[in-house]
Amino acid sequence: MNDFSQAFLKAAQLILQFDEGLIEIVTLSLQVSMTAVFIASMISLPLGAALALYKFHGRGLVVALLNTFMGLPPVVVGLVVYLILSRSGPLGALGLLFTPTAMIIAQVCLIAPIIAALTRQTILDANDECHEQLRALGARSSSMMGTLLWETRYSLVTNVFAGFGRAIAEVGAVLIVGGNINHSTRVMTTAIALETSKGDIELALALGMILIMLSLIVTSAVMSARHAAYKIYS
Amino acid sequence: MKYCLVKAIAVMVCMTLTPAPTLANSFITLVSTTSTENSGLLDYLIPKFRDRTGIDVRVVAVGTGRALKLGEMGDADMILVHHRASEENFISNGFGVERREIMYNDFVIAGPPEDPVNIRGEHETIRALTLIYEHKLPFVSRGDDSGTHKKERELWALTGVDVSQYSGNWYYETGAGMGATLNIANGMRAYVLTDRSTWLSFKNRNGLDLLFENDPPLHNQYSIILVNPERHPHIKFEEAELFANWLASSEGQQVIAEFTLNGQQLFFPNAQLQ
Amino acid sequence: MQPAPVLPLEIQHLSFARQGKPLLDNVNTIIESVGITIILGPNGAGKSLLLRIAHGLDLPDHGSLKWNKHIPQPRDSWRTFVFQKPVFLQRNVQANLEYVLSLHKTAKTEHDALIREALQHTGLVELAVRSARTLSGGEQQRLNIARAWILKPKVMLLDEPTAELDPSGVATIEMLIKTIAQQNTKIIMSTHSLDQAKRLAHEVLFLHQGKLIEHTPANVFFAQPKTRLAEDFIAGKLLNRI
Repeated sequence: MNDFSQAFLKAAQLILQFDEGLIEIVTLSLQVSMTAVFIASMISLPLGAALALYKFHGRGLVVALLNTFMGLPPVVVGLVVYLILSRSGPLGALGLLFTPTAMIIAQVCLIAPIIAALTRQTILDANDECHEQLRALGARSSSMMGTLLWETRYSLVTNVFAGFGRAIAEVGAVLIVGGNINHSTRVMTTAIALETSKGDIELALALGMILIMLSLIVTSAVMSARHAAYKIYS
Repeated sequence: MKYCLVKAIAVMVCMTLTPAPTLANSFITLVSTTSTENSGLLDYLIPKFRDRTGIDVRVVAVGTGRALKLGEMGDADMILVHHRASEENFISNGFGVERREIMYNDFVIAGPPEDPVNIRGEHETIRALTLIYEHKLPFVSRGDDSGTHKKERELWALTGVDVSQYSGNWYYETGAGMGATLNIANGMRAYVLTDRSTWLSFKNRNGLDLLFENDPPLHNQYSIILVNPERHPHIKFEEAELFANWLASSEGQQVIAEFTLNGQQLFFPNAQLQ
Repeated sequence: MQPAPVLPLEIQHLSFARQGKPLLDNVNTIIESVGITIILGPNGAGKSLLLRIAHGLDLPDHGSLKWNKHIPQPRDSWRTFVFQKPVFLQRNVQANLEYVLSLHKTAKTEHDALIREALQHTGLVELAVRSARTLSGGEQQRLNIARAWILKPKVMLLDEPTAELDPSGVATIEMLIKTIAQQNTKIIMSTHSLDQAKRLAHEVLFLHQGKLIEHTPANVFFAQPKTRLAEDFIAGKLLNRI
C-alpha cells in the first residue's frame, strides 16, 4: 500500500507550489480557529478562574455542566448553532449562516467549556498554593483572580492550545454552519471531508498531513515562545 | 514576544470580523446536491455566470432532503435538486416557486467486478435488483433521504421487495453522502446505486465496476427551484431568478453541455428554452 | 497628624478550637513593650495560631485580640506577616517586592527607591532579577523578610522564620530581625528553639497546649521561671500534659 507515500508526495507538491487554493483554506482555517480561541479565552479564562475562586449559588451546577460540555459532540453544537442562526431561527436576521463568523461561533461553543474547565483546575491548584500567602500580604479577594491568572500563565497557554487543537481539527460543526462553500467557508477539515467523499483519498490524506503539520507548527511556535518567556521570568 | 503574539492574534481577529471584500458586489446562496458540486460542474458554471452578471453564487452541497429543508428554513435563495415528487411537494407547500427543469443524466448500478449474479446480462432495473435480493448479496444504500436514496427506494418498491426489513442483513444503509457510500461499497464489495456524474468523477473505485445502465427508470432529472420570497423576505429573489434564467438560457445550456470529465459529458441540458 | 499607636496588643479570653480540640484556651495578656517578643513553646502549643489570629488570618471562637482596640485585618499595611515556608510569585525578586507595594497602593514613583532599599537591607541586590522560586532556602527567607519589611511596618509577625535553615542562615536572619527591631518595628516571633529565644527575646510568652503559662521579661523567664513547666522546658525536659 503506497497510498501514504503518494499522499506525502502530493502534500509536498502542494506546499512547494504555494497552491492558491491550499493557501486560501489554510488561511481561513487559521483565522477562524485563532479567532475562536481568542474569543473563547476572553470568556473562559475569567469564567474558569471565577468558578475556582468565588462561591455563588449554582456554582456546582455550572461546574458539572462545564465538565459535561467538554465532550460536546461537534455535530450537536453545529446543529444547535445552525438552528439559532438559520433565517427561521432567533438570530436569523443577522444573516450569519454559512459565513466564517458562524464557524467561529460554533468553535467558541465547542472550546470555551474545555478552556474554562481546564482553567478552573489550574486556578484551583494555584489557589491552594498561594491563597494564604497572598491574603497575608494584603491581597483582596477581588484582586486574587488577576494575580492567579497571571501567576499560572504558562499552564494557561497550554490549556488555551488544547482548545486550539480541538477547534482546528473539528469538522462536524463547521460543516453544518459553514456549508463548506468554496472560496468562502471551506477550511482544512471540510476540504478533507469533501475530497474523501469524492474518493480522492490521496488528496484528502495530503491535506490531512498538511493540517497536522500546521497544528504542529502553531503549537510548537507557541510552546517555544512560552518556554523562552518562562526562562526569562522564572 | 508576548506582545507579538497578542498583536498577531488581534490582526487575525480584525481580518476575520471585517467582511472579506468580495469581487462580486453581491452573492446568492445555492443549495445543491453533492453530485453537481462534486463533479465540478458548478465550479465550471459559476465563474462564467459571475463574469456576465457580477453576481457570485455560493454553493452549499447537501443531499436533496436536507437541501429542501434548508430552502424551507429560508437559508438558501434557491435549490438545485433531483427528486421530482419532493420538489412538487415543496412548491405546493408554498416554500418554493418556479420549478424549472435544467438538465439530466442517469443513475447506474455499480458493484464488484466479478458480479456474482451477473446483473451485467440484465436489461431491466427491476430484474437486476430482484437478482441481488434473491441471492442476498450486499447492497449499500445512501439511507439519507437524498434524491438518489429516494430514487433507489422507488426502484425497490417496483420490485415489490420491502428492503427496510433486511436493513443490516444484506441491505446496508450508510446515512452518508454518495462519495462516502461508494467508498463503503468499495470496501464491502457491495452493489450500489449511484448517479453517473458522481460515478465518473469518483476516484476511489478500483474495487467497483459499472455493471448496469441505460434503462428508462434510471433517468435522473435536475431542476432548479427559487425559494418563495413571500415566506422569507430576505431572499435575493431577483438575483436568484437571474441565475435560473441564465441556466435555462441557450448560453447556460451550452455551458452545461460543454462540461466534460475525462472527455465524457456528465450532464445533458434539457431546459425548455424561453 | 501623628499616626495612632498600634500597641498595646490586648488579648482577652482568647479561645480557638478545631474539631472539639482546644488549640488556644482562654489566653489573656497585654503586649505593650517595644522590641522583640518571642512566643516560645513546644510543637503544638498554639504559637502559630496565636500569630495568625494577631494578623487576622483566623478568627477566634471566643474572646478577642485587638491592636489598640482595632480588630486586625490581613490587609492592614502597618503590620506584616512572615511565614515559615514562603510562597513567591513566578516572577523575579524585585517584581515580588513590587507586588506587595502595589497591593498597598504605594505611590509608583517611590517603588524603585523602596525596592532598592529593601534589597540592600537584606543583601539581595545582586539577585534582583533572579526568579524568586530559584533562590536557595536562605535567600528565600531573606526575600520573605524583605517583602514584609518593604512596607515599613510598625509590627512584624514572624512564624518560626528560621525553622528550615542551616546555622549560618539562622544567624543571618536573626541579625536582620535584630536590626529591624532596633529601627522601632515591633517584632513578635514564634520559635520552639530555646537558644534562639535566649539570643533574641526581650520578653517571652510561654505557651503549652494552648494555654499561656508565662508572660515575663526574658531575663526573668530564663533566670527565674515561675512555673514548673517553664522550668522543665528551660532544662530541656519533656513536658507533661497539664
